[in-house]
Amino acid sequence: MRITRRAALQATIAAPLASPFILPRNAIAQQRPNELRLGISTFLSGPASVFGVPGRNAADLLIEQFNAAGGIGGVPMRSVVIDEAPGVDFLLGECRRLAQNEGVDMMLASISSGSCLAVAPLAEQLRMPTILWDCGTQRIFEENSFKYAVRTQANAVPEIVAPLLYLMRTRPDFRTLAVVNQDYAWGRDSWAIWKAAMDAIKPGVRVVAELFPRFGATDFSTEITRLQALRPDVIFSTSWGGELDTFVRQAAERRLFERSTFVLPLAESSLERVGKTLPAGVIVGSRGDHWFLHPTARDTPILKNFTEAYRRRFNQYPIYPTFHMAQALYGMKAAYEKAIAANGGRWPSREQVMDTMRGLEFAHLTGTMKIRDDGQGLEPMLMGVTRHVNEYPFPVLDQMILYPPELTMNPIGTKGLDWVRLLTPAAVQRAPAPIAYRA
Amino acid sequence: MTLLLLLAVLDGLAYAALVFMVAVGLTLVFGVLRVLNVAHGSFFAIGGYVAATLGGAVATTAAAPWLALPVLLVSAILVGGLLGPVVEKLLLSRIYVKDHVLQLLVTFALFMILEDVQKLIWGVQPIFQDAAVKALGPVEVGDIVYTRYQLFLLPAVAATTLLGLMWFLRRTLTGRVIVAVTQDREAATAMGIDAARVYMLTFTFGTMLAALGGALASPTSSLVPGAGVNMIVLSFAVVATAGLGQIEGAALTALLIGLGRSVAVYFAPEFEVVIPYLIMVAVLLVRPYGLFGSPELRRV
Repeated sequence: MRITRRAALQATIAAPLASPFILPRNAIAQQRPNELRLGISTFLSGPASVFGVPGRNAADLLIEQFNAAGGIGGVPMRSVVIDEAPGVDFLLGECRRLAQNEGVDMMLASISSGSCLAVAPLAEQLRMPTILWDCGTQRIFEENSFKYAVRTQANAVPEIVAPLLYLMRTRPDFRTLAVVNQDYAWGRDSWAIWKAAMDAIKPGVRVVAELFPRFGATDFSTEITRLQALRPDVIFSTSWGGELDTFVRQAAERRLFERSTFVLPLAESSLERVGKTLPAGVIVGSRGDHWFLHPTARDTPILKNFTEAYRRRFNQYPIYPTFHMAQALYGMKAAYEKAIAANGGRWPSREQVMDTMRGLEFAHLTGTMKIRDDGQGLEPMLMGVTRHVNEYPFPVLDQMILYPPELTMNPIGTKGLDWVRLLTPAAVQRAPAPIAYRA
Repeated sequence: MTLLLLLAVLDGLAYAALVFMVAVGLTLVFGVLRVLNVAHGSFFAIGGYVAATLGGAVATTAAAPWLALPVLLVSAILVGGLLGPVVEKLLLSRIYVKDHVLQLLVTFALFMILEDVQKLIWGVQPIFQDAAVKALGPVEVGDIVYTRYQLFLLPAVAATTLLGLMWFLRRTLTGRVIVAVTQDREAATAMGIDAARVYMLTFTFGTMLAALGGALASPTSSLVPGAGVNMIVLSFAVVATAGLGQIEGAALTALLIGLGRSVAVYFAPEFEVVIPYLIMVAVLLVRPYGLFGSPELRRV
């Protein structure tokens, strides 16, 4: 065949234009893209938007900061945010759309455990790198093995074991306990973990009431009356959002805090809203190794600058979903940068990025964390007890303990619910020393 | 056991009062306008948000704490007086003759729009303002601490609303006009009654009742996105159990649900969530038109 100058020119122009339709996606992915597109699923509506919107806010703020500093390997990031509130089917449809139509390079999913349980298998089908940024169920990496999904935070097991260990340290003599959890998967699952762990560490505790008010309940007066009549030593509640705020307010108005020790593993996210209605002496958790007054990181520039920028822009202090989103973004950035370095400076394929994620140790706003070989993040758990101080119009955490993952997280290959049954009272003593709040 | 039952009754009364305040507006609007208004839940939520906002303003000024109480009523009047006529005139008046399905869809669309409006104005973080509860303080029954707000004020407002409505509809001219339009709009119009005005008045009043329910709930619960959804679902259960358009039925059903729920929390907590719906199913199996409802003749 004779090659004319015109034919050669046409081929030169057509080849780059046609290549996206001919070449497999992996091959394209190895070209340095113009931008890195992140799909983010979070709650933008409904009751869980109290977590979803702060998470989205953190993503907006950090992506801007990352881009201003040159992005990842010189590539700027752009986020496409979807609402997971309409349900799992809708979310899966949206994930497919983002992967297939929007050309998203990585997904950051989701808040609801149900969402994550559905998104992780879809990530495998689509070969879509996915970071599970906030959902808590331990089942994801216990029941399945995923190549394209990792979690950049802990899970429900340490989130519940740590408060129990803290309670055992601060009030080891309790004999009766009542639970008031929301009537949905998290409320039931977290109680199952607590009950199994408590029976192992302190057998013989009498559970005087198991109350599971309707999800979205706005009135706890009946539950509070019953708790006043039963007078349990400890009241445990993993409720969150508006329901936790309401429960705290109604309990305070009716002096329930004077009669029982409260353990509220998610209450860090409510401190600013409930203010000093929440009395001193309540055991509070933060779902991980983070708080804007973190005992070891509060004076680091990275945390101080972030807290200041977040507060200036959104008029609130960052809460745990803010930090979880930050962990996901810092983890993703670290993985890409490590994979680029390992790839001789060339842009990595999505498989290379996901391989790098496993075993990755990365710094984030309040410390460092590691991702295990099964994709599960290993994160310490910050626990503390509320204290009223003059500097803030809401309670702060005092006598803080950072529980290391070795004490609270089940090893690879075991199931969390089985593992907590093997806990012993010795775990209580192995915790690090508490760190007092300083003004 | 007796003490437990007494406590359950006291809790049940307070809860029933709140449920009744929302359901009575819904049933009144349906009874007169024949429109099942899904947006009623939004009026509940907006009433709560406005009351919390105004209550916050009162609490932060040096005004007397008791001022937080009239603020609840003022909020309801503001919300009902502003939103009621606008929604009725611009939206509902155009769909009275349409199919019920379309009416449901239109009011559902309005509900969705108002949900987003709430988020635009008040954001997504829970809002709580308990100045009204603090103004009345606590009271002890045995060694159980209650708030006077829940023990006395809520049931008193609900009872006053019920009796006031019954008196209004049966003893006043305007009330009788409303009843006349409800029973036969054509005949009432032929007698010179301005049915359109009656519709607007009734809808505005129904909106005020929903907003008052939200305002009364706001000092004891956090306002979050979706607050209207929860209440509208429960209100539908009350209205269906009572019989559509039945005010006394709504009161009795709210009482049954309130007491049933609190007794369940004491003796079988697992059933707390399903109690309203168990009551609804039990009643509708025996009386398909509700406790106080009756079959209607369809005009061909």
